[in-house]
Amino acid sequence: MTAAYRLDDVRHCYGDRCVVDVPDMEIASGEILAIVGPSGAGKSTLLRLLDFLETPTHGTITYAGSTVDRDVPLSIRRDVTTVFQRPVLLRRTVAANVRIGRRLRSLDTKAGDTERWLERLGLTELADAPARTLSAGEAQRVAFARALIVEPSVLLLDEPTGNLDPYNVGLLEEIVRAENADRGTTVVVVTHDVFQARRIADRTALMVSGNIVELSETETFFAAPEDARTAAFLRGDLLY
Amino acid sequence: MGTLGKAFTDAFGLLWNLDPSLVETVALTLQVTLAALVIALLVGVPVGAAVGLARRLPGRWLIVPLIYTGMGLPPVVVGLFTYLILSNQGPLGGLGWLFTPAGMIVAQTIIALPLVVGLTMAAVQGVDPSLPVQMLSLGATRRQVAGVTLLEARIGVTAAVVAAYGAIISEVGAVMLVGGNIEGETRVLTTAIVLETRKGNFALALALGIILLGIAFLTNFAFHRLQVRQGAR
Repeated sequence: MTAAYRLDDVRHCYGDRCVVDVPDMEIASGEILAIVGPSGAGKSTLLRLLDFLETPTHGTITYAGSTVDRDVPLSIRRDVTTVFQRPVLLRRTVAANVRIGRRLRSLDTKAGDTERWLERLGLTELADAPARTLSAGEAQRVAFARALIVEPSVLLLDEPTGNLDPYNVGLLEEIVRAENADRGTTVVVVTHDVFQARRIADRTALMVSGNIVELSETETFFAAPEDARTAAFLRGDLLY
Repeated sequence: MGTLGKAFTDAFGLLWNLDPSLVETVALTLQVTLAALVIALLVGVPVGAAVGLARRLPGRWLIVPLIYTGMGLPPVVVGLFTYLILSNQGPLGGLGWLFTPAGMIVAQTIIALPLVVGLTMAAVQGVDPSLPVQMLSLGATRRQVAGVTLLEARIGVTAAVVAAYGAIISEVGAVMLVGGNIEGETRVLTTAIVLETRKGNFALALALGIILLGIAFLTNFAFHRLQVRQGAR
């Protein structure tokens, strides 16, 4: 598999405090990578770096073979999309929110695509509802639909199912797996839910204090972790 | 009949008879108001949006208090400043705009501009700060992010329009100084009210005031309907 991302000596620091410090890491094209770890470990910041929303203070990120500096080409930015933990929807209808990414890209916004994604996410009946009237779970599903309708090469998920009931968690995991299998979408998911990582990820990483402590095949990660901190985290112990 | 009752009767009579001098004064009032409002919006909305979005703008610590100060500019001081600029000895004296509607529009624009900039800035800052980042993640350009954020702030931006419109149409000091209150040329409703009051024609002055308030109410009613429709989405 080719590398979607390569991180070389990537650090992201605020003054003396580095919230991300990754000496060497590759994310393969078409894989599902889960990143787990305690709160404040730098997982969300790492996702922002991968989405080119921030530039690392040190080191380089290579995307699809191209080194990306501060001026990220629009074509690369549009290859990657994040579903945020707390999605902000526009004061428009649900359907308009789902279409927004395609409109921003001046892509055809034919009704068929929107309807298909509304249906896949169980939102058809809410299509004309004002988005601000949605529950947190419904808003999260709209966020998924608006990210997936643009058919990104890389889908970044930041605690994507925290607001959802078990049925919708299952629905979204199924959609993520299907997009990965059918379109070869690379997926990086940050989650507190280690069971979710085990269910959907090809590889899993533990991040603690900005460092990737362990990164291995998901089965190995859970069955035979090499690092004592991984074993402790999986046992539910507090990590710093 | 008291002065107030006579004022209402006079106002109705002026409107019913479409008094030519009243029509002329109202037309000039609307012309000056709309021209100043449009210019203030064309300049002020983009500037306000830019300042609102650029939270790390260098010199922001000074720029924002300056904008807030501008929102409280005394109109008569603006009138004096514009008078000096447009007078024969002033830097723009060659334009010949003193005692013309163009000069009045300049003064009114100076009064309205900080209001539009400040309230647009506040409206944009009121939008969830995560929105621009999430739009960037969806592939928006910086310009598209500004457009989407402005649309999200549209209720607040409409409030900026209302405030600027109110400041312009009700303003008297600056247009009096710069326009000179010349009948048929620079007389607007507010300066006409001042003139009739000075002449002791209180009923006519009040009648003009009622007409001015009526115009302001109808326009603000339309703006409010627009805000309600925006808020319903």
